[in-house]
Amino acid sequence: MSGKEVKYLIGKEIRLELKQKYVLNGILLYLVSTIFVTYLAFDRIIDTDTWNSLFWIILLFVAVNGISKSFIQENPARHIYYYTIASPQAILLSKVIYNLILMTILSMFSFIFFILLMGNMVINISLFLTTLILGSLGLASILTMVAAIASRASSNFSLMAILSFPIVLPLLGTLMKVSKSALSAAQWSGNYGFIIILLTINITVIILAYLLFPYLWRD
Amino acid sequence: MRKQVKKYWWKILAGLLLLYAIIGGFFIRVSVEGLEVAGESMRNIFYHVGMWFGMATMLVTGFIYSLRYLRKFDEQEDIRAVEAVNVGLMFGFLGILTGMIWADFTWGSPWVKDPKLNGAAVGLLIYLAYSILRGSIEDTQKRAKVSAIYNIFAFFLWVVLVIILPRLAGESIHPAGGGNANTILPVHLPPAMRLIFYPAMLGWILLGLWIYKLRVQLRKIKLIIDNK
Repeated sequence: MSGKEVKYLIGKEIRLELKQKYVLNGILLYLVSTIFVTYLAFDRIIDTDTWNSLFWIILLFVAVNGISKSFIQENPARHIYYYTIASPQAILLSKVIYNLILMTILSMFSFIFFILLMGNMVINISLFLTTLILGSLGLASILTMVAAIASRASSNFSLMAILSFPIVLPLLGTLMKVSKSALSAAQWSGNYGFIIILLTINITVIILAYLLFPYLWRD
Repeated sequence: MRKQVKKYWWKILAGLLLLYAIIGGFFIRVSVEGLEVAGESMRNIFYHVGMWFGMATMLVTGFIYSLRYLRKFDEQEDIRAVEAVNVGLMFGFLGILTGMIWADFTWGSPWVKDPKLNGAAVGLLIYLAYSILRGSIEDTQKRAKVSAIYNIFAFFLWVVLVIILPRLAGESIHPAGGGNANTILPVHLPPAMRLIFYPAMLGWILLGLWIYKLRVQLRKIKLIIDNK
C-alpha cells in the first residue's frame, strides 16, 4: 500500500460522486427534508437537551444513509478489478477518508441548516465544531466498516441499521455528552476526558478496520 | 470410572458450587453497610452478578474463537464462536431479568434510565445483531468469515460500552465500578457473604462452560448429520 494508491482511489471516489450527482443531492435533500419535518413538528424548541438529541439523531440517520452505499454502489465485477490492482488497506483507507470528507460536509451543512430553522443554542462554538469533526471521523470509520460487512450479506438497508445503531452508540453517547456541554457552558474544562475517549474510539476503530478489512475484501 | 471422574470433575464442581450458592444464599443473614435499601433482596447478588460473570466469560471466549477462525478458517472454531455468543446472550438476558426483579424491590421500578443498565441492554442488541447477520448469509464459509469479523469489531465497542462509558458517565444508581457514591465491590461485602459470593461466581462460570460445551457438541453432531 502506498500513499499514491490511496490518493488515486480517493480521487476515483470523488469523481464517481461528482459523476452521479443525484446520489449526493439525494442525501442533501434527505437531510433538508428531515430537518424541515422536525421544524414543522416542533413549534419551538426551548430546552437544549431536545435540540442536542434531535441534531445527533438526524445526523446519525444521514450518516447511515450516506455511507451505506459505500460498497454496493459499484458493480461487483469492478470490485474484482480493484482487488487485482490495489491493496485492501488502500481501498479501506480511501473509503474512510472519502467518507470523512463526505461526513464533514454533511455535518456542517446540517449544522447550518439546523441553526437556521431551529435556532442557535450553541454557546461554545469551537467545542461544538470539534465534536462535529470528531463525530464525522468516528461515524465515517465505524459506518464504513459496517457497510463493508453488510455488503457481504444479502445487503439491505435494515441490516445496515441493525448492525450500526448499537455499535455506534458508544461513540454517539460520548458525542452527545460533549456537545451538550457545548450547549450549556462556554468553557472547555471537564470535556478533555471525553475528547480523549472520542479520539481513542476513533483510533481503535480505524486500526481494527485496517486489520480486519483484508479478510472481508478477499471474498 | 476413575478416568471419568478425572474428566468430569469440573462439572461436578459446578453442580456442588451452585448447590452451595443456592442453599447458602437463601439461608445466610444478609446486610451490607451502605446498601440498606437492598435489605433481604441483597441475596440476589449471588445470582445477578453471576449472570454478568457468565456473560463476560462467554463473550471473551467467542471473541477468542473468532480471532482463531480468521487465522485458520476452521469451521470448528466458528461453531465454538457462535455458541459462545449464544450462551453469552442467554446469560445477558438472565442478568437483565434478575436485575429487573432486584431493581423492582430496591428502586421501585424494574427499569431506570441509568448508564449501566442501558449499556447492558445495548450490549445485548449488538450481539442480537450478530445473530441476524449470520441468518442473512447463506454460504457457510462466507457466513463464518463475515460474522467473525463483526464479532471482533463488536467486542471492542462492547467493552467501551459496558466497561468504560458507565465509569465516565458520573451519576449512576447501579452499584459496582465508578460513578456511584456508595460503591459496593465484592471485597466490601461482609466476610460471610464473600464466602458464598466467590464460589457462586466460579460456579456460574463453570455452568456457562458446561452449557457451551454441550451446545458445541450438539452442533457438531448436526453438522455431521447434515453432511451425510
